[in-house]
Parts: sequence; C-alpha cells; structure tokens
Amino acid sequence: MSLQPFTQVSGQAAPLLAANVDTDVIMPKQFLKGIDRQGLDRGLFFDLRFLADGTPNPEFVLNQLAWQGASFLVVGANFGCGSSREHAVWGLQQMGIRALIGSRFAGIFFDNCQRNGVLLITLDEAQVQRIGRLVSQPETAQISVDLETQQIRLADGEVIDFQIDGLRKTALLLGLDAIGSTLQRQAQIEAFEREHLAANPWLA
Amino acid sequence: MSPRTLYDKHIDSHTVCRLDDQGHVLLYIDRQVINEYTSPQAFSGLRAAGRKVWRPGTALAVVDHVNPTTPQRVAAMPDAGGARQVSYLAENCRDFGIELLDILDKRQGIEHVIAPEQGFILPGMVIAAGDSHTTTYGALGAFGFGIGTSEIEHLLASQTLVYKRLKSLRVTVEGELAPGLTSKDVIMALIGRIGASGATGYAIEFCGSTIEALSVEARMTICNMAVEAGARGAFMAPDEKVFAYLNGKPRAPQGERWARGVEKWRELRSDPGAVFDREIHLDATLLEPMVTWGTSPDQAAPIGAQVPDPQSIDDPILRQDMRRALHYMGLEPGMALRDIVISHAFIGSCTNARIEDLRDAASVVRGRRVAGHVRAMIVPGSSEVRAQAEAEGLAQIFIDAGFEWRQSGCSMCLAMNDDVLAPGDRCASSTNRNFEGRQGAGARTHLMSPAMVAAAAISGHLTDIRHFGERP
Repeated sequence: MSLQPFTQVSGQAAPLLAANVDTDVIMPKQFLKGIDRQGLDRGLFFDLRFLADGTPNPEFVLNQLAWQGASFLVVGANFGCGSSREHAVWGLQQMGIRALIGSRFAGIFFDNCQRNGVLLITLDEAQVQRIGRLVSQPETAQISVDLETQQIRLADGEVIDFQIDGLRKTALLLGLDAIGSTLQRQAQIEAFEREHLAANPWLA
Repeated sequence: MSPRTLYDKHIDSHTVCRLDDQGHVLLYIDRQVINEYTSPQAFSGLRAAGRKVWRPGTALAVVDHVNPTTPQRVAAMPDAGGARQVSYLAENCRDFGIELLDILDKRQGIEHVIAPEQGFILPGMVIAAGDSHTTTYGALGAFGFGIGTSEIEHLLASQTLVYKRLKSLRVTVEGELAPGLTSKDVIMALIGRIGASGATGYAIEFCGSTIEALSVEARMTICNMAVEAGARGAFMAPDEKVFAYLNGKPRAPQGERWARGVEKWRELRSDPGAVFDREIHLDATLLEPMVTWGTSPDQAAPIGAQVPDPQSIDDPILRQDMRRALHYMGLEPGMALRDIVISHAFIGSCTNARIEDLRDAASVVRGRRVAGHVRAMIVPGSSEVRAQAEAEGLAQIFIDAGFEWRQSGCSMCLAMNDDVLAPGDRCASSTNRNFEGRQGAGARTHLMSPAMVAAAAISGHLTDIRHFGERP
C-alpha cells in the first residue's frame, strides 16, 4: 500500500499542549473492535470531544470554529504514550491531521505515524510552546510545513527549521510502501536467516 | 572490538544490513506474538497485496484482549465486534499457517504471560509484537518491543523491521527490598523518578543485586512496566534462574540444543567497560510501597505520602496537568493516600497476574474478608496460572474472602471486554496504566502491587502493606 506523499502542506494548527496524552485518550477502547480502519474519525479524542449526552464539547479545541478541519496539532511532551494501538494514528489521519509538532513523541506512536505518512516534527520544548501560543490565537493559527526544505512557516512570518532522518524524509516525500522496499532485499534476508539459524539452531 | 552493551549485542546479531549512517538497520525478528485486536488490518494488508507470511512457525496467536473472563468459559464472544475479531484471527491463522491458542485452549492467556510460560521466548531472541508490553520478555534476556499494526504486517511479510538503534540506559538497583515490597514498587519508583517519558528513546538494561535476587516472574513485572517510562525495550542479562525457569517448558529446546543454547546464553551480558549513554542508580533499601494518585504512571508516591499540591509546582504546564489529574481523580491536595476509599480491587494483567503474584495476594487475603463496599476480582494471567492456583488452594482462599475468581484475559486492565468500571468507580489495581478512562470512562485507577491491592480490598481503602493487620 503506498501512502499519500507529504510535500508541502498549509492549514490550521490546533494546540493540545497537555503532557502525556496517551493513545487511550486519543482512541478509546470502544473504537478498537473493528477489523478494518474505517470510522475512526468518530472515536478520535472521544471523551474530550463529546459531552456525556453525545453533543460536541465546546471547550475542546477541535470543536472550535478556528480549528475545525485543522491539518496540524501542536502537542505536549510524550504525546502518543501508552498502548501500541495504531487506531490512534488512523483516527488522526481520518480527521485530516497531516503532521504533529511536539518536543518528544512516544516510540511506538512515532513509528506508527511514519508508517502512515503522518509527519512528526520534533523541536525543543521552548519552540513548541512558542508555536503553541501563536496557534492558540485564531488569527495566527495558520501555518505551513515544507518537508523538502524542512521548514515550518508561522503566521507571524517566522520560519523554523526542523531535523528529520533522510530515510524517513524520503519515505514521506514519496509515500513509499515500506514492505515493498524491504522485500527488494529478500535474498539478503534469506541469506542472513540461513546463517542466523545455523548459529542458533534452537531458533529453527 | 570495543566493549559492547547487551543491547548492542542483540541488535548487532540481528542486523541484516545497515540502511543509513543514522542508526537505521533492517532488523531480523525471531518471534512474534499476535492478538485479535491489533492484527486484523495487518492480515488484511497481506491479503490485499497477495503476500505470504515469511515464517509462520515464528508467530504464536492468542485471544486475550476482547474475551469475557466470566467464571464459565464459553467460545462465543458477547459482542459483535469482538466476535468478528476472534473469528477473523482464526481465519487468518488457518489461512497463513500460524498456531492459535483460542479461547477454549488450556494454554490460553494474556500474550505476555503465555509466551514465556510456553517457552516460546528464549534468551538472545529479538521479539516484536503488536502490544506495548512486549518489553516483558527482557526478563528472559531477550529483547522485546511493541509495534503497531503496519509493522506487524511488515514483520509477517519479511521477518524484519526497519529499526532505528536506541540509546542505552543502565539502571542499577542495589540493596535488599524490605518485607512487603515487590518488584512493582521498584519499577513504579523508577517511573516516578524519571517520568513517563524519562526513558523515551532508550533501551534499559537493569542490573544490580536487587534484580539478581528477584525471581524471573518478578523481573518480568519490571521489564513489562519499563514502557511506562517510555523505554522501547528493557532487559536483564539472563542467569541460572532464567535457565531453570525455561528448562522443560513446552517449546524450549531439549537435549543437545538446550545445552548449546545455555552455553551461548551465559555470554549474554554487557562487556566490562561497556559505555551506556546514561546511568541511573536506585537504592532499594530506601523504597516504600508505591501507589499512583494521578492519571499517568509517573504520578506516584509512597503510600505514606499525601496527595500533592499543584500550588507547589513551578512549571505552569506541569501544574495544569496535575490540577487536571486531581480533578479527574476526585482528590484534594494534602489528603493522606491511605485515606483514599476504593470501590473496586482488581488483580490481573500482564504486569502482575502470574502465579507468584497470586501467592502474594493470597497470603494477604487468607482468613480475611473483602470490605463490604468493595467489588474485588482476580483475573489470572493465563489459564495455566488459573489451574495452578486452583491446585495450590489459592483460588479457594480468594473465593472464601469474597473475591470473584475469573477466567484469564487482559480484562479490566484496559477494559476492552465487558469488565468495565462505571464513571466515578475507584479501583486499586495491579495493572500498568492509570490513564483517564483506561478501566472505563470516568473511572479512577490507583496502580500498586498485587499484595497492596489485596490489602486495599480487605480494608476498603489504600493501605500500607507493611502495617496491614496490625491493631490500630
């Protein structure tokens, strides 16, 4: 399966700056009972987005006019911690989120985003907080992210550079199918495996 | 070659090839464990692309997350979604040639309990599975880490993962644990100290006299919960206890292969002089029984402490997070943790539902009664643990005390099945996550050791196990 390439994206950025937002909060348990990836936009941040009576919670940022249809989230440290559930990333994607900006992402969530073409941008905490403050104002919530040049352009004109490994960058830019790429090394994997099993016969 | 850490050795010996100079490698994976809820889309991906499973014998599937744990085991799932996941898992295992331990199998149980129990995990292996608590296997001298569904598909198709090398963190724990303290208190104290992302980007190697003195099962609790500090893998050098634990397990090698394995596994340790990116030392003699008061596993304190005051926190974001956590938990700053009254007690999960955990809890419960206002449940980590506990008479101790004695599964650790708390319920829990809504929307979780849960169930409020049973 190839992915939607990420090149240059402009849109609203929503601030979600609490620390340790876990994948249980991003995608609660009642939305994990499928065998496909459908309908997860409904479950995204469910307990934050909806009140007990099922109506949208006006306090939640993605329900507010300025951030409805946001393309980016600016998030607190350790976003995506906890359960490995990839449903969290599928839900973000189905809500239209293309990239997240934060200071530190949980490891499994980080890989899950990468494998779905969602760009994670890691900056230092002070920069994240500054961007968070800026996009908290509706009139300066618009940003653009250019992966090719590795730059974020803020509404006040500031341009922030970010780092990304070349391997990840290429995969995102081209929307590469990771399995297809790996299977091009089939002979190499087979050769490794033969040696590995010979050296550790209890693995065979 | 310069001295290497145990982590280096695992990664080096499983590297098919380097992919760049940033630390990315194609990593060969020896084993994976598959469950019904994170795997369906991976199999669908294989089907859509017409791909096969590379080596079906290296995977073991089990139903654990969605099944009921009612005392009478039945094959049928009570809800349509869970039923579909279970039947699709069976279909996938049949079509792709993977062994499945279904709900009626006597070896069924929580994946991270049954995989060691079956001898499926051996020292020196690298294991990835679609569950964050795959770190558990580090206690056997293997390297395990959690992955998402896309990675499960990648692994099924190629036996490999594109992997970026982590930094290394050595946690040295020295000294004897006081009576009443367990390995749960060690890992909770570490998480409390370094934070919920304190080990993000790291693989942790645990060592020191405290770790060496622990049983293999107790070590599993530590490696299991290391992910709650953000570690993507945690392990311990395998020793004679590990070999004794594995020897004779159903899938462990036998005879000549066993002997060769042990010989090689004895060398699985960090070289003298190996340099870690970071070092942390814990003095086990200073530890006290730990409980969480908030909604992140690092929001924890010794049982003798009070609920902390957000006003004392300088950082405005942390202060706000603490306020939010206390509001969710319905707690006031300054209140003694021992005064927190519970409505539920739960002993279960891949963290703390092995036979030793049940023995610990039973020794607290024996001859006592669960407090009248508390609903208390025991969900054994596996069907074999359940059978053993029945054979040892532990089940009867729990039943006599008023605990529900249930079948195995993940159950109320994450409440994907019908074991769900109601809003406002407050649970003393031997599990791993006190996240908002984890055990049910609006429900409140306090993490602690199984013995501490047992003591709380009896007394009706959080209790210091060290003084449990004393006259006031």
